Amino acid sequence: MNVELKPFDQRTAEALADDQLRTTLRTVTTAILGFRKAGLGRLDDSDAWRDHARRLRAHTLSRLDTYLDQFVSNVEARGGHAYYAATAADAVRYVRDLATSKGVKVAVKSKSMVTEEIELNHHLESAGVKVVETDLGEYIVQLAHDRPSHIVMPIIHMNRQQVADLFRAKINATDADLVDIPAMTQLARRVLREEFVNADMGISGVNFAVAETGSITTCTNEGNGRLCTTMPRIHVAMMGIERIVPTVQDLSVMLQVLARSATGQNLTVYTNVVTGPRPRDGDGAEGDGPDEFHVVMVDNGRSRVLGSELAEILYCIRCGACLNTCPVFHQIGGHAYGGVYPGPVGAVLTPAFEGLDAFHELPQASSLCGACKDVCPVRIDIPRMLLKLRADSVDAGKSPWWITYGMRTLGWVGVRPRLFRWAGGLAARATRAMATDGWIRKMPGHLSAWTKSRDFPAMAEVSFQEQWKKKPSSHRKREETRFPGERP
Amino acid sequence: MSVVAVLERLGFTVECPAGQTCCGQPAFNGGYLDEARALGRHTLDLLSATDDPIVIPSGSCGDMVIHQYEAIFRDDPVYLEKARAIHTRAYEFTQFLVHVAGVSDVGAVFPRKVAYHACCHGLRGLGAKDEPEALLAGVARAERCPLAEADVCCGFGGLFSVKMPDISSAMLGRKLDTIQESGAETIVVTDVSCGMHMAGGLRRRGSRVDVVHIADVLASRVGTT
Repeated sequence: MNVELKPFDQRTAEALADDQLRTTLRTVTTAILGFRKAGLGRLDDSDAWRDHARRLRAHTLSRLDTYLDQFVSNVEARGGHAYYAATAADAVRYVRDLATSKGVKVAVKSKSMVTEEIELNHHLESAGVKVVETDLGEYIVQLAHDRPSHIVMPIIHMNRQQVADLFRAKINATDADLVDIPAMTQLARRVLREEFVNADMGISGVNFAVAETGSITTCTNEGNGRLCTTMPRIHVAMMGIERIVPTVQDLSVMLQVLARSATGQNLTVYTNVVTGPRPRDGDGAEGDGPDEFHVVMVDNGRSRVLGSELAEILYCIRCGACLNTCPVFHQIGGHAYGGVYPGPVGAVLTPAFEGLDAFHELPQASSLCGACKDVCPVRIDIPRMLLKLRADSVDAGKSPWWITYGMRTLGWVGVRPRLFRWAGGLAARATRAMATDGWIRKMPGHLSAWTKSRDFPAMAEVSFQEQWKKKPSSHRKREETRFPGERP
Repeated sequence: MSVVAVLERLGFTVECPAGQTCCGQPAFNGGYLDEARALGRHTLDLLSATDDPIVIPSGSCGDMVIHQYEAIFRDDPVYLEKARAIHTRAYEFTQFLVHVAGVSDVGAVFPRKVAYHACCHGLRGLGAKDEPEALLAGVARAERCPLAEADVCCGFGGLFSVKMPDISSAMLGRKLDTIQESGAETIVVTDVSCGMHMAGGLRRRGSRVDVVHIADVLASRVGTT
């Protein structure tokens, strides 16, 4: 995947040149953030719910092994199968072997980010299994051979006309099918119904897995998740190992904040709890569901992250609010991030999973404004982790030499106040020499890109410290003294 | 000097310990922790030699001194102790005025149409949300203009605007649009660096809107800054 990835600068340049993309992003995210605010506002003391949700995530991840063991026992007690996949390859192999051994021809899928991460569709198709995405957005992504650009709204980067053109080209849509969005949705629905009927295997994601019952939960708005998990004879639920909640009561806490943060809904339209396959004796009250139920618990680097200073990013419940609020995401969209997980959460997750080599720009692509931390339902301190990754980049020698030079100089001069003042005076004279009316239109060297869109200010003729020295009143210690820490 | 003027007008005696340089925020922000710690030790030594409240007229520097020193010195007991002690008596300028001085009307007169942009580190780092608003509400003859998306970042971010100038410019463009739509003549900020960024963008656009630090507004008596 990374082999064909364009360089970061090119990815962002393409997005910045796409006015339609940026307009769409801004319109949609503004609306969604409004819904979020209203949704949380309908909770009595949403801050307390968020605090509680955060504590739950912290607690669960601190005892993840215990809860996973409990979850596995309960899945198996209900007649299901649970598989721990240490790597993406292990996860893929398990599902592919299952599909092949059971003669699966068609697999229908509901939305799952972890399957994007392990590129499951590609591998199943190579093994001769037809894979059909059934979330409308994901279906469109699949038809377009594209990738999702948002965790919750996979085609936020496309507009209606682009989807209409795609439907015409790929599924023979007529003018009547494309007259409006409901008609287009009906068309997709008709096509997908056939696939549901024919499918041998349903693959779902997992929003939360409940340790005490062995249940998995999917939150969807289209009902496709419910069809995927009940109609085909085999259901495979794919989850990152961090999706666990201890109890059903804890699940209810997470559900309170998830949909509200994502879309502003109190709950998603279909909040589906699946506990095991169809009972074999058939005399139970719950005589429905698939013949086989498999859960694949994907690690793929998560254990390593759990033991690092980036562990907090695993608290994430994939609501997408940090993307919606991020002023950088608004400008560059999801694809520019280059990984499976876009936006602020992706700027931490992608380097955490895949290393800084291919993704060292991501932690830099942030003004550290803190809006992500502000909206996070579990209050993940994303800025802190971006700073940690920046420090790692410096240690790994990935910071540009001229910035390293500048910062080393600042660190050296900054502890020598007289030299600092002298250098400041020099900089002030230099900037004034370049300025007209106090502003510089074109800076030299690496600052020239800065002045493409804005003027740079010349520094004041008389610095604050000089003014302060000449000031007649108020302060007593005017004399120059040696201060603690200054080296001679 | 406006900060000093406002504080003196309120009856405070202002000291400015000689030898101050940079708190290290740019180095910290860029991931240069060794340099940030060197500058942090220098600043903490200077500030530790004082006894009274410390006023910092910037959200970014304020967040560094008040919060981040404790993070970068977590493995250095001596400076961690100093950082904690400073934390208890360091204040961002507007928070000092409202919470320590206990004022919201400092007797300022500023006859301009003003809009307030909430700088990120003051707002989300230090929680300075209501204090600047309260102080501006106390300014005579200042006509407040609502600024859409006032709490959205202007795209400066220090080194971010140097390393990623195009993304930063796009963010600035959005901010300038909202500023120009607000009808304000003056944008008020609590961080000079963000102000410098927006002012540079406005100037390039040929706009006559100016950007000032809140201290300049609060120090104003006759409507000039």
